[in-house]
Amino acid sequence: MPSPSLTHHNSSEFCMELENVGISYGGNEAVKGVYMQIPRGKVTAFIGPSGCGKSTVLRALNRMNDLIDGCTIKGRVIFDGQDLYAPQVDPVEVRRRIGMVFQKPNPFPKSIYENIAFGARINGYRGDMDELVERSLRKAAIWDETKDKLKESGYALSGGQQQRLCIARAIAIEPEVILMDEPCSALDPISTLKIEEMMHELKKSYTIVIVTHNMQQAVRVSDMTGFFNVTPKADGDGKVGCLEEFAETETIFNAPTQQATQDYVSGRFG
Amino acid sequence: MAASESTDLFVLRRRPPQEKLVDQGFRQLAVLLASLVGLVLLGILLVVLFGSREAMARFGLGFLVISDWDPVGDTYGAFTAIYGTIVTSILALFIAVPLGVGTAIFITENLIPLRLRQLLGIMVELLAAIPSVVLGLWAIFVMEPFIRPGLELLHQTLGWMPFFSTVPQGPGMAPAILILVVMVLPIITAIARDSLQQVPPELRQAAYGVGTTRWGAILQVILPAAVSGITGGVMLALGRAMGETMAVTMIIGNSNNFSLSLLAPGNTISSMLANQFGEADGFQVSALMYAAFVLMVLTLIVNVLAQWIVRRLSLKYS
Amino acid sequence: MAPSTTPAPAASVFARSLDFRASLSRNRWNSFFSVLAGLFAVIAVIPLVLVLGYVLFMGGSLISARLLTELPPAPGLDGGGIGNAILGTIVVTLIASLIAIPVGVGGGIYLAEYSRSGWFAQFVRFGTNVLAGVPSIICGVFIYGLIVSTRVFFGQSYSAMAGGIALAVLMLPTVIKTTDEALKLVPQELRWGAIGIGASRFVTITRITLPAAFTPIATGVVLGIARAAGETAPLIFTALFSPFWPEGVFNPIATMSVLIFNFAIMPYEAQNALAWAASFVLVVMILGANLFARWVGRFTRA
Repeated sequence: MPSPSLTHHNSSEFCMELENVGISYGGNEAVKGVYMQIPRGKVTAFIGPSGCGKSTVLRALNRMNDLIDGCTIKGRVIFDGQDLYAPQVDPVEVRRRIGMVFQKPNPFPKSIYENIAFGARINGYRGDMDELVERSLRKAAIWDETKDKLKESGYALSGGQQQRLCIARAIAIEPEVILMDEPCSALDPISTLKIEEMMHELKKSYTIVIVTHNMQQAVRVSDMTGFFNVTPKADGDGKVGCLEEFAETETIFNAPTQQATQDYVSGRFG
Repeated sequence: MAASESTDLFVLRRRPPQEKLVDQGFRQLAVLLASLVGLVLLGILLVVLFGSREAMARFGLGFLVISDWDPVGDTYGAFTAIYGTIVTSILALFIAVPLGVGTAIFITENLIPLRLRQLLGIMVELLAAIPSVVLGLWAIFVMEPFIRPGLELLHQTLGWMPFFSTVPQGPGMAPAILILVVMVLPIITAIARDSLQQVPPELRQAAYGVGTTRWGAILQVILPAAVSGITGGVMLALGRAMGETMAVTMIIGNSNNFSLSLLAPGNTISSMLANQFGEADGFQVSALMYAAFVLMVLTLIVNVLAQWIVRRLSLKYS
Repeated sequence: MAPSTTPAPAASVFARSLDFRASLSRNRWNSFFSVLAGLFAVIAVIPLVLVLGYVLFMGGSLISARLLTELPPAPGLDGGGIGNAILGTIVVTLIASLIAIPVGVGGGIYLAEYSRSGWFAQFVRFGTNVLAGVPSIICGVFIYGLIVSTRVFFGQSYSAMAGGIALAVLMLPTVIKTTDEALKLVPQELRWGAIGIGASRFVTITRITLPAAFTPIATGVVLGIARAAGETAPLIFTALFSPFWPEGVFNPIATMSVLIFNFAIMPYEAQNALAWAASFVLVVMILGANLFARWVGRFTRA
């Protein structure tokens, strides 16, 4: 990486900044007016009721929404001093630096080894591939379970193992940010616990943004929490998502400033 | 940060221009290949229209109603062939639709064990795989001699009707209709089966729940729910029957003399093309192109209608 | 229509039996329709059994090494074989495949991967369906007007190339639809997985989605090739026929399907017999391809 941007990195404590972000699907507004500063090297959680647009905002952070027909975005998403939606920006390069883990485990129909090596190769990895595979699997806390069957299909693993394989796959390209869209929602409690433990390790090296439905999980893993809510649209026709409150996790769960946040975290709705 | 110490190992983190070029080029290639479909369709229309312009100029719409096809006198009317095309395909459908829909119901219901039903389904699909020309060969040497006594009986008993007024002498419209039945049966069965399987199982449960019998449910609930899909399939089969060439050409007799009788030799547009195109020259080619244009328009109307019906069905269930 | 209930005013007075009574009109109608549907199904498969039986019996008994390797005899003479027609069918089908598979797979990729719902994609899908409904003889007329009568290939009129292109036009919609539908079955998550780690569209398609959809695409393409190999109408006045061995792709060429057509209507028994033999070879090839495609499809689905 060129040195000027490196200095920019270290000088700023914020990794990504959202300025008045609004997202619509084919003219139908899903989220509006999101301002947010995501700190570097921390875990930031997005919580909120269904349909509040938290996954939509997450997918806007590495331009995954480009894949959805008719999805448009307003405002600016700043990463590394650049607006991700500036016309000259290449979304593929964005995703090479901001990786993503999805709700449903989605390993490729390839061997465990190839699942990891695939991403590294397309990112032009020149180092020792065996070493990278091992390091990534270790970081994702799945090395011991897979070291003897690296040539077997990724589908041969259990759901929880598959999800950790997908996290290892995202780690292998050594992104600066890892986005996780409800990574544990399809998993059993034990697998969930393993992934949460792993996230504490990962945040030493990466900035993590996670969407979760599970408030205990947000408390356990995150440093910062954003609470998204739905509000009626100005014209009274339907609802739109918005960021209700964004603060340190402790504050959100113990002393929120908004009544809606208080109601949500105490389980009164949602 | 920890990631940056090995970042220089990822030499493609910044994408080189070649990589973007490949990406863009691939997309453009795919667009180009997809647009070839439109170009081919346009090409077919232009070639046929261009080829038939002389005949169109000389005969106009009279071509459609004159039954005189005379290469020696160089005067042409396609009525015999148009009549043959429409009559053979519609009569074939009259026989094939009940057979096909009945078969589809039999395959989707659990009257016989699953294995047997699957076997029946595969056999009907394999029937669709047999080349038309092989069916034609079979029709000439096996089917036509076999059914001729039946056709003769038909002539003797119903000969007073214009449709059976001629003595069957081998090739003719009737055997052509029967071979068309064989050819469109798999299409109708396959589409009817798909439409029946798309009917939500809750509908059947609701019918059984109010105490209807199996066939009460089929005839009063399931078939009506599947009817637009089946109709679309029937229209597709009609289009196929009108354009079907080889088997019909080999058994219809290729006579350009108009006759109402189904037992007499006749012609269809496609068999006329198959028979005469290779040896035609001069003005006859133009007249044949005009006939091809008529066939295209007929099948186009039927197919677009079929697509419209099928689309209406999919909207209803989504 | 099946009348369903038997109104019985006295029924509430007496305890009604729940026993099945076959004599009820609703049960009679039920059995009647079941038997009728079964009868229709049997009628529907009779032609297959008969045609297969005759082709295997009439054609199979003639098969010999000579038949498969020799040229057809002059009209009126005995002996000979269909070697040139077998080779010709392979050549013409190969030309058609070499054109239709790349074009069709490319078009299908556009529909499924680049534009699922845009107006151009809708137009291409509609066009594909229309093209699939164009009678095969019209494909022949089209190629005759475009290639044969204009003599664009080195002044040659009828040629194997023209026949191959006519068959390619016929195959194209099948290949596009197969590819489009197979790619749409690939889970969206798999695509996201690749794109989420920075793969370009090109890499995602060629390395992840196309391999994942390979089996259904291959199955559909094999079925399309099998269908094209049996087509006659587009070949009669494009590839024409030849009593000799193929002389390159820019000359007329014999094919099994045209041989069957030409020889079936000849008044000579030797030629008729060769038509049956060619039918045997063609049907065995096509049914073999069909059963193979089915087997592969089932094998991988399980």
